[in-house]
Amino acid sequence: MTSVALLAALPLVITDIYYQHVLVICLVYVVLGQAWNLVGGYAGQWSLGHAAFFGLGAYTSTLLLLRLNVTPWLGMVAGGLTAAAVACVIAFPCFRLRTHYFAMATLAIGETLRVLFLAFDWTGGASGLVLPVQRIPSSVDMLWASKLPYFYVILTMAVVVTLLIAQVERSRVGIYLRAINQDEDAAARLGIEPRRYKLLALAGSAFVTGVTGTFYAQYTTYIDPFSVMPSMLSVRIVLVPVFGGLGTGAGPIIGAFTLIPLSELTRVTWGGRGIGIDQVVYGAIIVWLTIWMPGGVMALVRRRRGVSGPRRRDPVATPEAGVTAT
Amino acid sequence: MLLTVGDVHATYGRFDVLRGISVGVAAGEIVAVLGPNGAGKSTLLKAIAGFLPPRQGSIRLSDEEIAGLRPSALLRKGVVYVMQRSSVFPKLTILENLEMGAYIRPSSPEVKADIDRVLGLFPQLAGRRHQRAEGLSGGERRMLEIGRALLLHPKVLLLDEPTMGLAPLVADLIFEKILELRAAGTTVLMVEQNARLALEVSDRAYVLEQGQVRVEGRGQELLTSDAVRRAYLGGAAPR
Repeated sequence: MTSVALLAALPLVITDIYYQHVLVICLVYVVLGQAWNLVGGYAGQWSLGHAAFFGLGAYTSTLLLLRLNVTPWLGMVAGGLTAAAVACVIAFPCFRLRTHYFAMATLAIGETLRVLFLAFDWTGGASGLVLPVQRIPSSVDMLWASKLPYFYVILTMAVVVTLLIAQVERSRVGIYLRAINQDEDAAARLGIEPRRYKLLALAGSAFVTGVTGTFYAQYTTYIDPFSVMPSMLSVRIVLVPVFGGLGTGAGPIIGAFTLIPLSELTRVTWGGRGIGIDQVVYGAIIVWLTIWMPGGVMALVRRRRGVSGPRRRDPVATPEAGVTAT
Repeated sequence: MLLTVGDVHATYGRFDVLRGISVGVAAGEIVAVLGPNGAGKSTLLKAIAGFLPPRQGSIRLSDEEIAGLRPSALLRKGVVYVMQRSSVFPKLTILENLEMGAYIRPSSPEVKADIDRVLGLFPQLAGRRHQRAEGLSGGERRMLEIGRALLLHPKVLLLDEPTMGLAPLVADLIFEKILELRAAGTTVLMVEQNARLALEVSDRAYVLEQGQVRVEGRGQELLTSDAVRRAYLGGAAPR
């Protein structure tokens, strides 16, 4: 709680717009990482197509706003529902596949959607869509000139999603998801229908990712398939919980607040050379960190604490611990 | 007969595995299924549990035809199957593993009481109920799997090689537990590689070969029969 309060007060101290921007992006990735963790970390279904859900959320709310003047606050829900609906359709063929075959299938579907959105006329094609920036500032249209309102919206989302997923983890569904992750066949032998729970996890994950897509569209006020649907975005989403700790509540928080500043740092330091050296350095650092702490930061923390006996079930320690740590 | 398998044929693709098998298990019996690798022992259990619907033949539970029912429906009818390979969830606690076993039962105080009863049956597990199952030995994992199956009040417990990979002393312990279960009224149909031990604890046994029943009889009879010993028990002298 205190760490959330501290975080909430942070932009009042950090008045530099660039650093406020980094903070917002960190929180965007906290939400995306938590959402992906639900299906990838807990249920063990490695989706590499989450950029598609993100893009669907962004396009749904933006098109609703531009064409029908629907407020993005509702568009957000519509975006989430669209992403979840598409997830349900995708799940049909994809959940017949397991492990890396599932990952490849989702990657392919994500790319296909991106290419389709590039080709369609009603999505603005390659020229993308510009949000009604002439209305700035307008709380109804979720458009502001300052970064602060955006910061508080995404902070609220991050806290709600983190608490919600911590709740799911402790519920019976959480146990089922972890059991399916560990041994799908054994779970099926006990009468559990793995596909039903995997679908639930994917749809929930897609919903949150879609909602975040809407937020991002409102924040950047311009979207095109390259910015909201690239496969690189899917990879970045996966990296956050993988780096922080798969299947842990604190993992995505640690991951986002480490990787995003790191990527910004390398971009600012080496990005101006125009030969992508910043990406090389960023990649090298990730490789080095992964070798140093396989299983993510949380696995390292657990090893240091020597937790191997009784499972820790401290409900307070999970979500906020990461924020304080960073 | 509680469970009657009549002239069952089953195939993997074009490969006939069961070729007209007939097996019966009476209530309260321990029945062993023996035979060389590839004889169709595990396949028989899978067919009964609904994972490989028979191509032909009947499987009856009491008087009800159950061949071709879905595995989850069979679980609800009390046909509970324990896999050959380990099927505990290593990263879940012992208690969570047991809760998973009761998945198809609506959660209720009775489930809790049943879990306590199972833990009472396996004291090795009771003291460590909040620990992850990954810390259990092979024998303890087996007990957890059997305990998990008991939560469904099995009419017939199908055990696929319950002692596979276990040290002889641990295998003895598992068989003792199986005898305890029978004393408490559970009916067991098990596949075993460890034929000698299996025959000692079972009331009756079937020896399969190439998808058919070759020999059947009382456990003790088969144990002392020269023909069976030579063919399946390695020919050593009876104890």
